[in-house]
Amino acid sequence: MNEKQKSAAGKGTLKTAKRLLRYVTGTYKIQFIVVLFCILISSIASISVSLSLKYLLDDFIIPLIGQQDPDYGELYGAMAVLGTVFLCGVIATFIYSRLMVTIGQGVLKRVRDEMFEHMQTLPIRYFDQHTNGSVMSLYTNDTDTLRQMISQSIPQVLMSMLTIIVTFISMLLLSPVLTILAVVMIGIMVLVSKTVSGNSGKYFIRQQLDLADVTGFVEERMNGQRVVKVFNHEQISEKEFDQLNERLFDSAANAHTFASIMGPIIGNLGNLQFVLTAVLGGFLSVAGIANITLGVMASYLQFTKSFTQPFMQIAQQFNSIIMALAGAERIFGMMDEEPEVDEGYVTLVNAKKDAEGNITECRERTGMWAWKHPHQADKSVTYTELKGDVRFYDMTFGYDADHMVLHDLSLYAKPGQKLAFVGSTGAGKTTVTNLINRFYDVADGKIRYDGININKIRKADLRRSLGIVLQDTHLFTGTIMENIRYGKLDATDEEVYNAAKLAHADHFIRMLPKGYDTQLSGDGEELSQGQRQLLAIARAAIADPPVLILDEATSSIDTRTESIVQKGMDNLMKGRTVFVIAHRLSTIRNSDAIMVLEHGRIIERGTHDELLAQRGTYYQLYTGKLELS
Amino acid sequence: MNKKLLHSVREYKKESFLTPVLVAFEVLMEVLIPLLMADIIDIGITGGDMGYIIKTGVLLVVMAMLALFFGAKAGQMAAIASSGYAKNLRHDIFYKIQTFSFGNIDHFSTSSLVTRLTTDITNVQMAYMFSIRLLARAPFMIILSLVMTMTINMEIAVLLLITVPVLGGVLILIAKKAHPHFIQVFDEYDVLNNTVQENVNAARVVKAYVREEKEKEKFGKISMLVFKLFTRAEKIVAWNSPVMQFTMYAVVLAMVLIGGESIIGQTMQTGELTSVIVYALQILGCLMMVTFVFVQIMIAGASTDRISEVLDEIPEMEDASDALTEVPNGEIEFEHVNFSYTGKDGNLSLKDINLHIKTGQLVGIIGGTGSAKSTLVQLIPRLYDVTEGCVRVGGADVRKYALKQLRDQVSVVLQKNVLFTGSIYENVRWGDENASDEEVQRVCKLAQADGFIQEFPNKYETKIVEGGNNVSGGQKQRLCIARALLKKPKILILDDSTSAVDTRTDALIRKAFREEIPDTTKIIIAQRISSVEDADMIIVMENGEINGIGTSEELLKTNAIYREVYESQVKGGGEDE
Repeated sequence: MNEKQKSAAGKGTLKTAKRLLRYVTGTYKIQFIVVLFCILISSIASISVSLSLKYLLDDFIIPLIGQQDPDYGELYGAMAVLGTVFLCGVIATFIYSRLMVTIGQGVLKRVRDEMFEHMQTLPIRYFDQHTNGSVMSLYTNDTDTLRQMISQSIPQVLMSMLTIIVTFISMLLLSPVLTILAVVMIGIMVLVSKTVSGNSGKYFIRQQLDLADVTGFVEERMNGQRVVKVFNHEQISEKEFDQLNERLFDSAANAHTFASIMGPIIGNLGNLQFVLTAVLGGFLSVAGIANITLGVMASYLQFTKSFTQPFMQIAQQFNSIIMALAGAERIFGMMDEEPEVDEGYVTLVNAKKDAEGNITECRERTGMWAWKHPHQADKSVTYTELKGDVRFYDMTFGYDADHMVLHDLSLYAKPGQKLAFVGSTGAGKTTVTNLINRFYDVADGKIRYDGININKIRKADLRRSLGIVLQDTHLFTGTIMENIRYGKLDATDEEVYNAAKLAHADHFIRMLPKGYDTQLSGDGEELSQGQRQLLAIARAAIADPPVLILDEATSSIDTRTESIVQKGMDNLMKGRTVFVIAHRLSTIRNSDAIMVLEHGRIIERGTHDELLAQRGTYYQLYTGKLELS
Repeated sequence: MNKKLLHSVREYKKESFLTPVLVAFEVLMEVLIPLLMADIIDIGITGGDMGYIIKTGVLLVVMAMLALFFGAKAGQMAAIASSGYAKNLRHDIFYKIQTFSFGNIDHFSTSSLVTRLTTDITNVQMAYMFSIRLLARAPFMIILSLVMTMTINMEIAVLLLITVPVLGGVLILIAKKAHPHFIQVFDEYDVLNNTVQENVNAARVVKAYVREEKEKEKFGKISMLVFKLFTRAEKIVAWNSPVMQFTMYAVVLAMVLIGGESIIGQTMQTGELTSVIVYALQILGCLMMVTFVFVQIMIAGASTDRISEVLDEIPEMEDASDALTEVPNGEIEFEHVNFSYTGKDGNLSLKDINLHIKTGQLVGIIGGTGSAKSTLVQLIPRLYDVTEGCVRVGGADVRKYALKQLRDQVSVVLQKNVLFTGSIYENVRWGDENASDEEVQRVCKLAQADGFIQEFPNKYETKIVEGGNNVSGGQKQRLCIARALLKKPKILILDDSTSAVDTRTDALIRKAFREEIPDTTKIIIAQRISSVEDADMIIVMENGEINGIGTSEELLKTNAIYREVYESQVKGGGEDE
C-alpha cells in the first residue's frame, strides 16, 4: 500500500465508523444518551475510589488518631455519601450494561435485516460476480466482529476515555508542569502502540489470507475425498495440507504475539512514567520550583498510577475495532451495491372476457391473465391477453461491454411452440434465458412478449409469467410439500400431488418414510441429483406458467424416467411456449424449432428433420460425430 | 475443555507450561511494583529524600523491565502454544478424515467438515490461549495479593477470603445460567445462516419465482428470534459488571471501616490501607477475568464437541495384519450379496446379488435412477462393505486384501468426479505419481483425451481450475478415465463416466480398451445403450436387484426393461451411429 492509498483507506475507515455510529444513534438515540450518561456516572464512581480515599484519610481518619473516645459519626457520614456515589455507580452500570445489550443486538438485527433485504434487490449479476463464500462471510464473520465491537469495545473505550479525561483534568489542576511530562508519555504510548498494532495488523491480515488458503484447500479436498480414497492419495494430501497448515501457524503465532505484548508494553511504560514523574517532581519540590508541595506530589503520583490502566484497555480493544471496521466496510460495500432497476409499468392482472370479447380486469382468479398497459400520453389503459408469444429482435448482449456473448439474435416463439437451443458450453444458450426473464438486460435490440417490449413490463410480473427449471437444482429447507408449493404459495395439497405426479416424482416421494412431509435440509442433500431435478420440475409445473424455460432440466435423470417426465411435460405445456436447452438431443427431437448456437450466433435453425436433411452441425452432433463441449 | 483434545498439544507442551511460569513472574513483579511505588510516595516524596527516590526509582525501572520481559515472553509463548495447538488439531482432524471410509464420509457433510477445520478450531484456539494466560494469572495474583494483605491486616484478609469464593460462585452461576441460552442462540444462528446460504445459492430461483418478499419475511422471523434469544442470553451476562462493582465497592467501604479503625487505633499505617485496597482491586479484577475466560471456554465447548465427533469416529475399514497385497487377476464374484447403507436393519439397497465376471470381460450395467448400479460396483474396490454375503476379486474375499493394493488394482472412475487445481499432468498423475510424461500421454491417448489436450496452448501443462470448470464435461470425463488407466488396474470400473462424451469417441474409448488392455476386466455403467451394446455381458438393474443378464441380443428377447430402453434410444433413429 502506498501513502496515498493508505490515507484514502483511513478516510474510508472514518466514514465507516461514522456510518456505523449512525446505526446506533439513529434507532437508539435516547437509549444511547442514557448509556453515555450512565457510563459517565459509572466512571465517576470508579474514579472516586482513589479520589476519595485521600480525603477520607486526611479529613476523617487521621484527625481521630490518638483520641481516647473517637467520634466516628463524621466518618460514617462521609462514608454514607461515598456509599451513595458507589450505589449510583452500580445502578448506572446495571442500566448501561443492559441497554448496551439491547442496542448492540438491535443494531445487529437492523444491519442483518437491511443486508438481507438489500441482497434481495440485487441483480443476478451481483451473485454471478461474487463467490457464495464471500457473501456468506458478510453475515457470519463480519457481523460477528461487529457484535464484539458494539457490545464490548464501545462501552470499554467510552469508559476508558472518560476515565482518562477526568484523571487528566485532575492532574492538570494539581500540576500543569508535571502534566507536560504526562502528555509526552502519552505521545510515546500512542506511538509505540501504533507500531505494535501495525505489526499485529499486518500479521492478522496474513493470518486471514493463510486461513483462506487452508479453507480453500480443505474445501476442494473434502469435496473430492472419495476420489482421494479411490486413488490412495491420502498421504500426498496430508503432505500438501501440512505445508499450508504450517504457514497458517506461523502467521497466527506472530499476530497473537504482537497483540498480546501490547498490554505489558503499555503497562510498563506507565511504570516508567511513574518513576520519571517521581524523580522530576521530587527534584522540583526540593528545588522549590513551580509550586510543587509534597502533598501535591503524593496525590499526583496516585493519579499517575491509575492513568495507564485505561490506555491499556483501549489498546486491548484496538484489534477488535480494526477488524470490526474492516468487516463493517465490507457490509456497507454490499449495501451500497446498485439494486436491480425496474422501470416497468405494465403489470399482470387477472382478467375475463365480457360478452363482446373485450378483456376486463377482475379480482378473482379466472385462470386467464392479461397485461395491463397504461399509456402515458392519453391516460388510457389497454389489456392484452397473456399468451406467451416471445420474439427477439437483433439482440446483442455481453456480460461486460467489450465482450459480446450474443450477436444479432432474432427468433420468435409463438404460443404453444417448443424451441430448443443446442450448442457448446459458452455458446450463449443460458444467456438467452437470462435475457428473457431479465436477469440481465439486453445491450442492443429488443425482446417482445405478447407484443410488449419486456423492458416495459414490471420484472416481478414478467418473471411470474415464466417458469424456469435450472440445471443446478436448489431446494430449500422445509418439507417436500413446501418445496413444491414454492411455485404456487396457495396451492392445495391435491395440486401438489398432481404436480409431483406430472414430474414423475410422486412415486419416489411416497417411497420415503415420511412421504411429502419428508424434511429436506441443506439443498436436499438426502436426495439424489435426479430426484432433486424431478422436484424442481414439479415446482415449476405447479406454477403453471404460460412460458417455461428448461435449462438442462433433466440432465441427471436416466433416459427412461426422462422420457416419462417428458411426456408429462408435453401434456402440461400444450398451448404454452417452451424454451429447452438440452444436452441429450433425444429430448428435443419433437421441438418446433431447433437453434444451433455457436459463439453467440445462430448457425442453423429448423425442425429436427430439416436440420438432419441439411447435414450440417446438428446432423453431426446427432449422429455422434461431434461432441458437445 | 475436553481432555482428549488436549493430547493434540504435543510439541507445544513446553510453551504451554512455560506460559504460566512466566505469567507467575510477571504477576510477582506486578505485586511488588506497587509496594515500591508506595515507598517512593511515603518515604521518598514525603521525606523529600531525592537520593531514595532515584535509588528506588532505578529499582522500579529494572523491575518494570523484568515485568515487560516476562509479560511479553508469556504473551509470545501463549501465542505459539495456542497457534501450535490449533495447528495440531487441524492436522489431526485432516489426517483422521484421510482414514475415513466412504461410509464414514457419508456421516459428515463437506461444509460441516470445513467448519470444524476452521471456525471451530479458531474458537478452541482462543479459549486455550486465554486459559493458559489468564487462568494461571488469576490464582497467582489472588494468592500473592492475599498473602500481602495478610502481612498487613488479618481482618481484611479474612474479609477477602470470604468474598472471593462468594463472588466467584455468583459469577460462575451467572455464566452457567446463561450457557443454555447461548447454546440455543447458536442453534438459531445456524438456522439464520442456513437461510442466507440458501438465498445466496438459489438467488436465481428466488428471483424467477418472485419470492423476495416471502424470503424477507422468513428471514425477518428468524432474525427476530435470534435478536430475542441473544438479548435474553446477554442480559443474563450483563449482571456480571454490576455484581462485580457492587462487591468491589462494598469491599472498599468495609476495608475503609476496618482499616480506619485500625489506623485510629494505631495498628496500621495510612499507606498500608492504600496498598491493601490496591490488592483487593487486583483480586477482584482477576475474578472478572476468570469469568470472561469461563464464558469463552463454554462457547468453545460446542466446538470441542464437534471436533471430538470427527476424532472419535471409528474408521470402518482397517487392514488385517495378514492382508493380501497382490490381486492375481480380474475375476469378480458376488455371492448372495445384500447391502444396506444404514447397516443390518436398514433398507436393503442391494438384494441377493449373484454374479460371476471373468477376467478380461467387458461388462455393461444399465438401469434407472435409484436402481443401485453405483452401489453394486462400489462394493468391488471395497468402498463399502457388504452387509451380507461376499464379494470376491481374483478368487479372494475383498476384505482379505490390503485396501491400498486392492484399490490400486481395482480402479473406479466415479460418477460424481472431481479434478483438482493443478496441471493436466499433475491431475492424471494421481493414478501414479512416478509415471513418465510419455506414460501419461499414452493413457490420455487411450482415453481419447490427447486430441483435445494437444489443442490447448499449454498442452499437458494446462492448468485445471478448482472443480475442473475450465474443461467441458466430456473432456473432464476423459481426463478422469486417463487418470484411472494410469494405475494399470486389473479391473477398471466406469460409473456413468462417458455420459458427456459423444458416441463416436465413446466407441473409440471402448475400442482402445479392447485392444490395449485386453486382460483388464472392464465394467461400464451407462445410460446410453450404445455404450454397453457390444459388451460381453450386460446387467440390467432394477430396484436393487438384477433384472436380467446376457448379451444385448439375448436381453432384447428376454428382458422388457432392456427392450424398452433400447427402443426409446435406438429405434427412433437415436443416438446410435
